[in-house]
Amino acid sequence: MLTTPSFEYLLLSPMLIILAAAVIGVLAEAFLDRNHLPVIQLFISVGAILLALIQIYRIKSSSSTSAAIGSVVIDKATIYLQGTILIIGLLALLLISDQEQFVAQASAIPGSREEQESTSKGSIQTEIYPLLSFALAGMMLFTCASDLITLFVALEVFSLPLYLLAGLSRRRRLLSQEAALKYFLLGAYSSAFFLFGAAFLYGISGSVYLVDISSAVSGGYGNDVFVLIGLIFISVGLLFKISAVPFHAWTPDVYQGAPTSVTAFMAAATKVAAFGAILRIFYVVFSPIANQWRPIISVIAIITMVFGSAVAIAQRDVKRMLAYSSIAHAGFILTAVLALNKSGLSAALFYLTTYGLSTLAAFGIITLIRDATGEVTDLNKWAGLGKKSPLIAGSFAFLLLSFAGIPLTSGFIGKFAIFSAAYETGNIAVVVFGVLSSALAAFFYIRVILLMFVAQSQNDSISIAIPSVKSRIAIGATTAATVILGLFPSLLLNITQSFSIFIK
Amino acid sequence: MNTSNNLLYLILIPLLSSAILLLLGRKIDRYGHLIGTLASACSFVIAVVEFFAMKSRDVTQRAVTQKLFEWISVGDFKVDATLLLDQLSICFVLLITGVGTLIHIYSIAYMSHDRDRRRFFAYLNLFIAAMLLLVLGDSYLNLYVGWEGVGLASYLLIGFWNQKPEYATAAKKAFVANRIGDFGLSIAVMLMFANFGTVTFSGVANHAESASRSALTAIGLMLLLAACGKSAQFPLQSWLGDAMAGPTPVSALIHAATMVTAGVYLIARSNFIFDVAPTAQMMVMIIGAITLLFGAIVGMAKDDIKKALAASTMSQIGYMILATGLGPVGYAFAIMHLLTHGFFKAGMFLGAGSVMHGMHDEVNMRKYGGIGKFMPLTFVTFGLGYLAIIGVPPFAGFYSKDKIIETALNHEGSAGLIFGSLALIGAAITAFYMSRVMLMTFFGNERWTNRADEPHEAPFLMAAPMVVLALGSICTGFLFTRGESLVNWLRPVVNPAGEQHLVEHYSATSISIAAITAVLIGVAFAAIKYLKQVPNIAPDNVSVFTKFARKDLLQDEFNNAVLVKPGQSLVKTLLNFDYIVIDGLVRLVGALSLDAGQTLRKLQTGYVRSYALLMILGVTALIFTIWLVTL
Repeated sequence: MLTTPSFEYLLLSPMLIILAAAVIGVLAEAFLDRNHLPVIQLFISVGAILLALIQIYRIKSSSSTSAAIGSVVIDKATIYLQGTILIIGLLALLLISDQEQFVAQASAIPGSREEQESTSKGSIQTEIYPLLSFALAGMMLFTCASDLITLFVALEVFSLPLYLLAGLSRRRRLLSQEAALKYFLLGAYSSAFFLFGAAFLYGISGSVYLVDISSAVSGGYGNDVFVLIGLIFISVGLLFKISAVPFHAWTPDVYQGAPTSVTAFMAAATKVAAFGAILRIFYVVFSPIANQWRPIISVIAIITMVFGSAVAIAQRDVKRMLAYSSIAHAGFILTAVLALNKSGLSAALFYLTTYGLSTLAAFGIITLIRDATGEVTDLNKWAGLGKKSPLIAGSFAFLLLSFAGIPLTSGFIGKFAIFSAAYETGNIAVVVFGVLSSALAAFFYIRVILLMFVAQSQNDSISIAIPSVKSRIAIGATTAATVILGLFPSLLLNITQSFSIFIK
Repeated sequence: MNTSNNLLYLILIPLLSSAILLLLGRKIDRYGHLIGTLASACSFVIAVVEFFAMKSRDVTQRAVTQKLFEWISVGDFKVDATLLLDQLSICFVLLITGVGTLIHIYSIAYMSHDRDRRRFFAYLNLFIAAMLLLVLGDSYLNLYVGWEGVGLASYLLIGFWNQKPEYATAAKKAFVANRIGDFGLSIAVMLMFANFGTVTFSGVANHAESASRSALTAIGLMLLLAACGKSAQFPLQSWLGDAMAGPTPVSALIHAATMVTAGVYLIARSNFIFDVAPTAQMMVMIIGAITLLFGAIVGMAKDDIKKALAASTMSQIGYMILATGLGPVGYAFAIMHLLTHGFFKAGMFLGAGSVMHGMHDEVNMRKYGGIGKFMPLTFVTFGLGYLAIIGVPPFAGFYSKDKIIETALNHEGSAGLIFGSLALIGAAITAFYMSRVMLMTFFGNERWTNRADEPHEAPFLMAAPMVVLALGSICTGFLFTRGESLVNWLRPVVNPAGEQHLVEHYSATSISIAAITAVLIGVAFAAIKYLKQVPNIAPDNVSVFTKFARKDLLQDEFNNAVLVKPGQSLVKTLLNFDYIVIDGLVRLVGALSLDAGQTLRKLQTGYVRSYALLMILGVTALIFTIWLVTL
């Protein structure tokens, strides 16, 4: 006898709205006049995100394990993460909608006449919007999936659009396409690990539901070597997404090759979504056998922090530097995963939000620094930027200070919260390495600040684009958030504390 | 405790006005001073309203608070930004806003030729806001914010004419000397937090009874250090004389009536600490006594009218500090002297400003003489202030100073007799040097060189505040002592136990007679020396004693030898250490990391196949580790 599956549509509505917007966007591509598409697509995407945010607000105190016949769990942490992803998505959308960085026609061969024609015609690849919406929906689902199949589907739903988006840069197209292909190949490779791990866990527990795997883990299978292998393989898939060492190698290439506004979105939102899933899996499923996996994750966290900080020093390209910085930050947030307590979760949520917003702002600013050939990411050419535009250079310097975790920035509060949560649970070694690599990281952040303000400008070809209103809103809001959350962290800390609840 | 919603506006109005004056800049040069004056007057009106509201309430219900926001919340450490207006702070609020407003009005005329008058008013407003925050904070941390704020305003105003390098240096000197005191206050706050876990006045008061003696002494001494810095007490007094570089209204408001008395406020406010820390309390008395004599002696030798008045301020604050050291009975009299001093000293500074205004900014009294008949109003108002400060009955200073001498003499033990006698000697010297100022300025032969234009009387806007302050110099002492009104008013805050002297060693009348005698002796000496011809260049053939006094009893030389020189060589050594060892280490780490980065960077070949290989190696390593862990 079959029972009708029950869905709690209200709880699913934020995701459904974004998915619907993506589908409508695709239809619009097919049927509407190309000249109006940019406005229509932007309108659909922004409207959907705003609508979804309203729904998030409406369900902010709900929780349910049966929203979609057990495949999705809506709890406080999910709602917080989804809200964060939506806000990041909204701000990233404002940056992305400045189409200038995107290729006019993606299918044209780089350097061909066809490309030149479509560029001079001013064509625009408006598929970006539905792709972004699909990615957003996938990320949201990723944070709340409670079975391995849904988790995998969500992973692919948000990854595939990102692979495509990475290849759409208008300038240096070969580099961009190479980045996209690398991202795709390695992403597929890591997905295979993930699936392999899922198979192991299914083999042990006979179920793909996290709740069943969790009871299998705590019910005597905990020491089974297959559980541990499954855990490692699943982790590889997830650690790849957050770019933890040694699964990070794609990050610098992709961050550099992708259009900068897409990089901003990837860096900020993917981290939130992937960490959402990691936190859920480790907090909900594998916490009973923490002693088995803590050493591994500790080592990965330490290597990630130290490696990211050390290699960032040697970078000459600002986007690559931020890529390594994002690797180091992944290590910092992993520290919170080790804490396995409420303050660790709360700290991670806080860190993800503030890091996401600061990252958006930083990449947003990079889009403004240009010369005749487009964006200038060579750090040597940034010399003397402080004289040219004190406001832009000052904001960028402030964001770098936040990444470095200097007090009075949100970055400091985030690091402080994470390290103190980890310290409480006795992971002193990790905290020591974390603080040391923060110091190391400060070295290259401050080097950039010195470069901008102290060094003499080498050439005058560099100029600062006047940001559009949309970019201005995005950069301004995210920079302001970095300042405000540094001065009044309790505004957000109170929220993350009350939202740091996972349910099974 | 009652709450009020108006306290914030006391501070906010001048603060906003200051911001407006600074941000709008030259655009509002024409009427900026009016905005500033109006802001100060608004605060004064609120203060008066709050005062009468407070007066109408029952004695136990008088204090009001207003919580602004939760300021710091770290673990167990919670500090709210809360304002507290009680019987003690209202005295200060009225003084600050009242005298402050008068001085704003005075400055409109005094600064009318200065092209930066708007900026001047912005700083004055900033000062008023910061000083109000200082006296309205309900915790030491809130007080500290105001404390630093007034330091900043003082620095800005001393150096207002910073186009003259020596004025800028004077500002810097004041700032540095104050920093030493501020350091004491910050350590005191830390000690309170470490020992009591709270920094609010009420919280510290509750814990003080049961705290260890040594902790209380340490806190008391640190608070005293803070008071010494802000109130120009020995050994941090050297900045006040130089601070006279600021425009005269600033000297009147900040360096006579209000800011320099913040130290007295701090000690009176911390009565619950000093009352149970006798060692610290004894130090307070000693510092007060030393400074009151020190200032008086320096005052005898100064030819610069403002520096003479500054020395006198130092000395009078010495009296107040001495009174606060006398325990529960003394606090109220310290505050009383503070208030009367606020009137007569501010009045005299304004008078001095008026003389300078009429004499082309000449400050050397040897170039004055016989000004009385040219500036009758200044002469009369300054004269009333003079009678008040030397303590002639029935003027204000007589009541307040007499009370301090009386309380000191009746203090238990031999300390009482010693400090009381010193205070009496100080009163005689005060009478001498103030008579000297009076005689050299307003009487005697006319010694100014530029005969072409005679001194002229001050304009109305300058004269009016002088008259009001002179009225205050006449009647405040009488008002405060009538029916012990001020003592009773302040009792719930500074003397809740209602302590009194057990034994009256000397009767009030005999002490008054002794004090008046001392004053008469001082005046007589001055009259003998200065009613005759005064040379218009300071004579060289003077006693060693006078030479020392002229050089401020060698305080700068002392500071130089004991603090500055050793400090500089210490700094040089540290700098070298920093450069070679610390920086060397940092450079080494930097170079090593750079090398490491360059090496590790080679992992990033750009080939997907090597990335995938890296991942496989990673997974293998992980599995190997887990195998080790589960082994």
